[in-house]
Amino acid sequence: MTIQTSRRPGVSRGTRTNLARLALLLGLVAGATFAFAPVLWMLSSSFKPNTQIFEFPPRLVTEAFSFDAYARILTDPEKVRFFLNSYIVAGAVTLLTLLVAILAAYAFSRFEFPFKRPLNVVIVSVQAVPPITLLIPYFGLMVTLGLYNTYPGLILTYMVFTLPYAIIMMTGYFNTLPRELDEAVRVDGAGSWTALWRVLVPISVPGIVSVGVYTFMIAWNEYLFALTLTKTTDMRTVPIGIQLLMGQHSYEWNEMMAMSILGSIPVLVLFLFFQRFFIGGLASGAVKS
Amino acid sequence: MSATLPRTPRRIGAARRLEPYAYVAPTAALMIVLMLVPIAMVIGYSFLDNVILNKDPEVVGLDNYIEVITDPVFGTAIANTLVFVTASVAAHLLIGLAFAMMLNSRLLGPRVLAAFRGIFILPWLFTAAIVAVLWRMLLSPNGVVNYLLGALGFGDGTTEWLSDPGLALGSVTFINIWSGYPFFMISLLAGLQGIPADLYEAAKVDGAGPIQRFWNVTIPQLKPIIISMALLDFIWTSQQFALIWMTTGGGPIVATEMLSTYTYKLAFAKYEFALASTSAVLILLLSMVLAVLYVRHQRARD
Repeated sequence: MTIQTSRRPGVSRGTRTNLARLALLLGLVAGATFAFAPVLWMLSSSFKPNTQIFEFPPRLVTEAFSFDAYARILTDPEKVRFFLNSYIVAGAVTLLTLLVAILAAYAFSRFEFPFKRPLNVVIVSVQAVPPITLLIPYFGLMVTLGLYNTYPGLILTYMVFTLPYAIIMMTGYFNTLPRELDEAVRVDGAGSWTALWRVLVPISVPGIVSVGVYTFMIAWNEYLFALTLTKTTDMRTVPIGIQLLMGQHSYEWNEMMAMSILGSIPVLVLFLFFQRFFIGGLASGAVKS
Repeated sequence: MSATLPRTPRRIGAARRLEPYAYVAPTAALMIVLMLVPIAMVIGYSFLDNVILNKDPEVVGLDNYIEVITDPVFGTAIANTLVFVTASVAAHLLIGLAFAMMLNSRLLGPRVLAAFRGIFILPWLFTAAIVAVLWRMLLSPNGVVNYLLGALGFGDGTTEWLSDPGLALGSVTFINIWSGYPFFMISLLAGLQGIPADLYEAAKVDGAGPIQRFWNVTIPQLKPIIISMALLDFIWTSQQFALIWMTTGGGPIVATEMLSTYTYKLAFAKYEFALASTSAVLILLLSMVLAVLYVRHQRARD
């Protein structure tokens, strides 16, 4: 926040810039309070004993500061299972979505074929189908297919929602890569399969990463289908697990907050590491798509 | 865009023609089984006597539609959804634009602004279930929000934000505003960064002040992004379920009943699967109208 004094053209103008800077800083701090204060309180509450959650007057840090709530979650196999389930489902959804989307995007980007346009229209428009519309038939469908209360049931369901976006983003990414790259390999006698995996995929890593991160986040955060298509506690994911904590005899607020923090860590970490890809991809999607 | 190579030998032409189908086959299979079939099913259900529970449901024509549309709770759900969505989208836009403009300023160093950008994005990184429990704690009658408002001299510190029928809708809308503005902010920030500097210079030369430059340069330049983001947000917010379900469950009574919670309750609390399907089809139609508007707008931009 160094203020450059060397090239100040006149005192009045400099003062005005400083005032503008101060106003901006105040605005930013106000915004940061709005965004961050609730998160800070979540963090603070996760370190309190449950009896101090609503103490009066509230304090950010109390003398009873401890990691007990975290320890209780991480030592309870039933709760650890929520995390395991979320990792399994979100991980599988991410890998499968990327695989299927890369194949489809390759066809959309490099081939002309009948049904290409209608298929494309379907993929774009299914993004607008409300999840609640599919919920009722899914319930019956998953029971019929024997996929109710199973990982594959959830994974396939999530892919319906992650795939369209992934295909659109990957097709856009492949379209920016010169056709000569893969055609050159193919002229040398290699098939399109080789051209895709040896040439296109390795240079598309940034696009693949941003689509992968986004897909993981969607799958990690999903609530409605996880609530409806699983039944037993050992199949529940983190968002449902947090709700289950709320349903028990008394509200363990400190454990709910600790679980919220633990449940947000994967998304926060992914976001921190891939921020640039992610914001770039998101923004370009919104600006261009 | 044509991929046909004149050099391709004829004998592998047939194999090549089939190749793209192999690549799109997994996608097509998934979309047919888990998208087109379920949509056909839900539309079918909506014309039947109570399905799933009833072994041999009869066709009842439009009876379900008449029953849902004339249900006063359905009307309440539409009105609540409209208020919730309109207020959310408007606030997302205003807050997102204000934050994006602050982050786009050149008055502070890029590192300081990047730090603020990280903080501003935070609410968006928490899933709806987490946002819901967090705000249930904050907005509890004994919670910190009431304490702070009381300390500032507003209210008596016992406000029931989520269980007072007159306040609940406003409260869930506020929570949704808090958790959703960053998506607007990111897109608008990218949009702001894409506005050519000479447009501002030209406006300055013409004697336009900061406010005129905002209305005559910034807003027209951002307009396409604003419209597409608003439409997308409208579609997404109207589908919001987890946040409502975990804060108020649509209550007290029907004060925060949305189309999504109304439909969910019909199916999984009242086991009226045919009526729930009917409501789900009506929501689908509504979404399709919005999607058509969105696609048209996108086409016009290209």
